[in-house]
Order: sequence, then C-alpha cells, then structure tokens
Amino acid sequence: MKCKICKDIASIALPRHNTAFCNKHFIEFFYNQVKKAISQFKMFNHKQKILVCVSGGKDSLTLWEVLIKLGYNADGLYIDLGIERYSEKSKRMVEKMAEKLNKKLIVIDFGKQYAPVNIIAKKARRTECSACGIIKRYFFNTVAIEKNYDVVVTGHNLDDEAARLLGNILRWNLPFISKQYPLLEEEEGLKKKVKPLFRLTEQEIAAYAFLNKIEYIKDECPMSRFSTTLLYKKVLNIIEIDSPGTKHFFYLEFLRNKDIFKENTNQLFSQKCKICGYISKTQICSFCRLISYLEPKSILQI
Amino acid sequence: MIKIIFPDGRIEEIEGPKQVRHILKSLNILENTVLVAKGEELLTPDRTVNKGETIEIIPVISGGRDK
Repeated sequence: MKCKICKDIASIALPRHNTAFCNKHFIEFFYNQVKKAISQFKMFNHKQKILVCVSGGKDSLTLWEVLIKLGYNADGLYIDLGIERYSEKSKRMVEKMAEKLNKKLIVIDFGKQYAPVNIIAKKARRTECSACGIIKRYFFNTVAIEKNYDVVVTGHNLDDEAARLLGNILRWNLPFISKQYPLLEEEEGLKKKVKPLFRLTEQEIAAYAFLNKIEYIKDECPMSRFSTTLLYKKVLNIIEIDSPGTKHFFYLEFLRNKDIFKENTNQLFSQKCKICGYISKTQICSFCRLISYLEPKSILQI
Repeated sequence: MIKIIFPDGRIEEIEGPKQVRHILKSLNILENTVLVAKGEELLTPDRTVNKGETIEIIPVISGGRDK
C-alpha cells in the first residue's frame, strides 16, 4: 500500500477511509481528527485550563501529548487506586509523560487515603470496575472544580463510544443513550467534560503512540474480568473487517441524529449529596455510599 | 523462518515469506485489533515478511480482559 498523499510506503491502512498513510501523513491526519473534534463541538480553546484524566494507558497519554503539541494548556490528573504493581507501573508511565511534557501532574492517592479499590469493592459488594468508575468520576469532577480547571478531558476513543452505544442500544437504555455525547456541558456541580479522541480508533491511537514512542502500560488491569465492553468491541471489529466504516458510521450518524432521543434526557442528577455536597441522583452520592463501607473515620476525611 | 513476538513475550516461528494479512489470519487475529511492527516500522496487511525477519504483534484493544 502507498501513502495517499506522497505515494511512499504506507505504515498504516485506514480501510474505513479507503486510504493509507506514511508515518508523516498519518500523524497529520491524526492531528486533523483531534482538531476537527475540538472545533466541531467547541470543546475548549487555547486560553482555557484543561485537566486531562490520565490512567497510564495509550489513549489518555497520547491525548495529553497531542493537546500539548497542539498548543493547549493541559495538566494531568492521575488517581492511584492502590492496585499492587499495576498502579505503581501505570503511575510511573504518567509521571514520565508529565516530565517529558514539563506539565503539572495532580495525583490523588486513593489507595492510601481510603483503601485499595479491591478492598472497598468487596466491602460494598460491587465489582472492582464499578467502584473504580465511581471513584474516578468523583475526583475528575471535584479536582477540576477545586483547582479551577475549565474543562475535564478523557481519552475515550471511537471504539469505546461505539461499544458503549451498542451496549446501551441492546438494552434500550434511553436516558443513557440521550446522555452519550463527546461533550457534556457544565452544570451546577459538574464540570464540562469532553472526549477529543472520539473520531479515532484504538488502532489509530496505538499507531500514533508507537510512532511517537509514547510509553504506556500495555497490561490490562488485573482487577478487570471479562467485560461486556470488550465483547461489543470485538463484535464491531468483526463487522468492520467485512464492512469497513460501519463503526464510524454507527457512532457519527448517531451523533448527527441524536435529537431523536432528546425527550429521554431525564434529569440524572437532581440534588446535592448530604455528606459532601457533590451532585447526586440520591440523597447520598455514590462515592460517599462507597466510602461508607470503610471505617467511619474515612468518611470524615471527605 | 519468520520469528513472531507476541504481547506476552512468547515467540513463535513460522515459514516465510508471508504477507502480514496471512500471518494474522493463520493466528486467528483480526487485522484491526493489533499493530504489526518490524523494528521501528509499522507494517500494513499487504506487506510481505521474509525469512529471517522478526515481527512483533502489539495489541490495541483496551477495556478489560478477554474471556
């Protein structure tokens, strides 16, 4: 295969665009996709303070580096969940990136401050992934508010979003479908949240990371068991092989026709948590409920 | 022989020359779920890997462990 632009040997094929690129032109394509996502949804501008939620994985670290290369003012936020070896390794990757970019990294040591995520999940009779989600969402929002960031960004990609949409459609979860968007505007108690990588696949992000020598944690989290997200990704990738562009079309056409689901935009968060004041669906937010399974003294630290 | 390095560090050898596309198919790997690298170079599915060359399979899918 030849690069569509310079006719040199291609390093990546993009069947969904019926094209292929060499290293140089693939990286240009990559930046253009991120720029297009940011401008299409007016995600943020060069004057705003951006908080990138970094896990040590390829998506978030690539996103952080790309935002800096595009001239944005972006710091990192890492939540240490106290997962032995895995958290240490992923934190090292994040710290290396912060050093390389010469940008501020905020670390929340949840594992030490409260308890390792597996312990708290067991006590609360939740899966580790569910507890992890609650903890991360809580700190992404509260840290951004406390430290005066304008917007929170996450590394969700096209595969993540298409798999999530498929999962929500299979269950016809209309409130969740209506809330799925690359941009969630700021509401009382909730910071604006955006996903600048939503136009790029995991393979494209991994290729960018490889070509730019971005070091990231390649192991999957030892807490994760078989996840339905992974099943949906697999199904979409099987379809994509025989029908390139389906994944892209499935998600981007959903965004174009999203108003169909508008009536189902239920008020998911309607009150403030009685303990911490965080926006919540119920009297006590899911984070405080989770924490309450630990020793009572831990609740007082909130 | 072509040497293949897998994500877990395992190494396998297969007869060469072979196209990347055919190597992945014989390993039951979907083309869009991995990158194939030869040193610092990424290979598209139509590239041929020759005898004596080493390639690395890099997984790209995240979001939990498979069954």
